[in-house]
Amino acid sequence: MEFETVIGLEIHVELSTDSKMFCSCSAGFGGEPNTKTCPVCLGHPGSLPVPNRRAVNDTILLALALNCDITGCSIFHRKNYFYPDMPKNFQISQYDIPISSGGTLEIDMGEYTRTVGITRVHLEEDTGKSVHVGESGRIHGAEYSLEDFNRAGIPLAEIVSEPDLRTPDEARKFMQLLHSTIRYLEISDCKMEEGSLRCDANISVAVDGSMGTKVEIKNMNSFRAMHRALTYEEQRQRRTIRDGGEVVQETRHWDDARGTTSPLRSKEEAFDYRYFPEPDLVPLEPDEAWVRELREGLPELPGDRVRRFVSEYGLSREIAETLTGERALADYFEDAAGKGQDPVAVAKWIAGDLGALLNDAAVTIQSCPVGTGGLSELVELIDGGVISGKMAKDVLKEAFETGNSPRLIVEEKGLTQIADESELDTLVDEVIEENPGAADDMRDGKEQALKFLMGQVMKKTRGKANPKAASDIIRKRLT
Amino acid sequence: MAISMEEVEHVAKLARLALSGEEKEAMRCQLSDVLEHAHRVSEVDTEGVLPTSHVVPLVNVFREDVVRPSITPFEATGNASWAEEGAFRVPRIL
Ligand SMILES: [Zn+2]
Repeated sequence: MEFETVIGLEIHVELSTDSKMFCSCSAGFGGEPNTKTCPVCLGHPGSLPVPNRRAVNDTILLALALNCDITGCSIFHRKNYFYPDMPKNFQISQYDIPISSGGTLEIDMGEYTRTVGITRVHLEEDTGKSVHVGESGRIHGAEYSLEDFNRAGIPLAEIVSEPDLRTPDEARKFMQLLHSTIRYLEISDCKMEEGSLRCDANISVAVDGSMGTKVEIKNMNSFRAMHRALTYEEQRQRRTIRDGGEVVQETRHWDDARGTTSPLRSKEEAFDYRYFPEPDLVPLEPDEAWVRELREGLPELPGDRVRRFVSEYGLSREIAETLTGERALADYFEDAAGKGQDPVAVAKWIAGDLGALLNDAAVTIQSCPVGTGGLSELVELIDGGVISGKMAKDVLKEAFETGNSPRLIVEEKGLTQIADESELDTLVDEVIEENPGAADDMRDGKEQALKFLMGQVMKKTRGKANPKAASDIIRKRLT
Repeated sequence: MAISMEEVEHVAKLARLALSGEEKEAMRCQLSDVLEHAHRVSEVDTEGVLPTSHVVPLVNVFREDVVRPSITPFEATGNASWAEEGAFRVPRIL
């Protein structure tokens, strides 16, 4: 039997607008329960939703970044269901005429690239949050639930991929690239742990080329959890098939602590959403000028930037991917590399030691105490033989802690080595002139005199002379 | 365009309606009539007519992304039959 895993993803991104999708309540994260609600997002009768222009704008931007076609006229639908996380008993979403469709995102797996189809990007509203009060925290066994509608109505972009992914590695890479793409667009903070980026997966295993049964996986709250869940599920389905069993079409819940998936019964099951056009909202018809302006305003996206960093700066793909993960980090690199030092060395220091320092101190690159000039200086100090790579690690650490420039640190600590021969020549000449007696002793072959003269050189340079180079010059002069 | 009793039961279940046998039969007749009417409308020649989801001739009605004060949790849960510390309390799910 030949197995092939088939994975499609459904991603929800909370847009970081100030206000909600259809009302003026704050779209900020958290807060005391129901402090960000109004008759519209509570679904009171007679209230009228009005779409947030920026949310529509940002969704079009995202769709363009994923190479989607923008629909000339799209409409909202009501998705009906009974579940207390939406007080209206429906969610405003898009159905058969989404705002965009037919895009792609290309992922680079090193040995090969894969172009993943984007079925659609559409706009909807987020639901409220249920806290199940009871022993387990999950729905089963809950005594009752507490509903908080602060999140209800926050604009949510939904991205659906084609089932084009073949391995959990590809799925993770896709998510990472999508994450950084969305961050580049500055339309969402994409925090999986706060739920502003959420991902569900459909996974099946095809046997000898014939399609398998699709299983939906939910509750994957990090890239790592997604990778583990898909790996687990891939193995579970293969084992089931190999043992002669049948994969059941169902929704399964990933338990991160146990590292397993288990069947989930929820609002998703056996429901008929009875979609119908939302009568309170008129169609969206983004005009050409609007779409063109957004298309022209698209920043260089991470996928393109990786390719350019490899070709333009000669970076390895791995380092290019690390540097382009965040737009600000990539900007930092380009700024530093533009200061004339070897870009590969600059990249290594940013991705390596500087990255570790930022990580440890939980500091973003925007507020990094070491500026791009400082980093370039550091590379220059190493390349010029002033300090060793090993010394540079300490210098960078100190620059990070004090905000002082690497050159200043090197000078103040006397770390710099005077290895320049003409400079040392002059220094040695001065020392000989000032100490004629010792010079004579040296000419007479007294090694003690060399030590004395070296001491004088070190004193003059406050220990910064390269000892080997200096003593070579003294010997040359006086023997 | 008669619909079956099973379809009536399915729709009733989706709408969370507990109907008696008599009511189901009444619903079956009424819904069939509604569908019959819709069917007749669909017989009209609509060649060259764009699908219409809305009767008002408006598109792109937006509001700007501006936050305005919300109501208080007390007001929000004021009409709820069961609330707890600003949250709506609902019976256990499933
Ligand atoms: Zn509201």
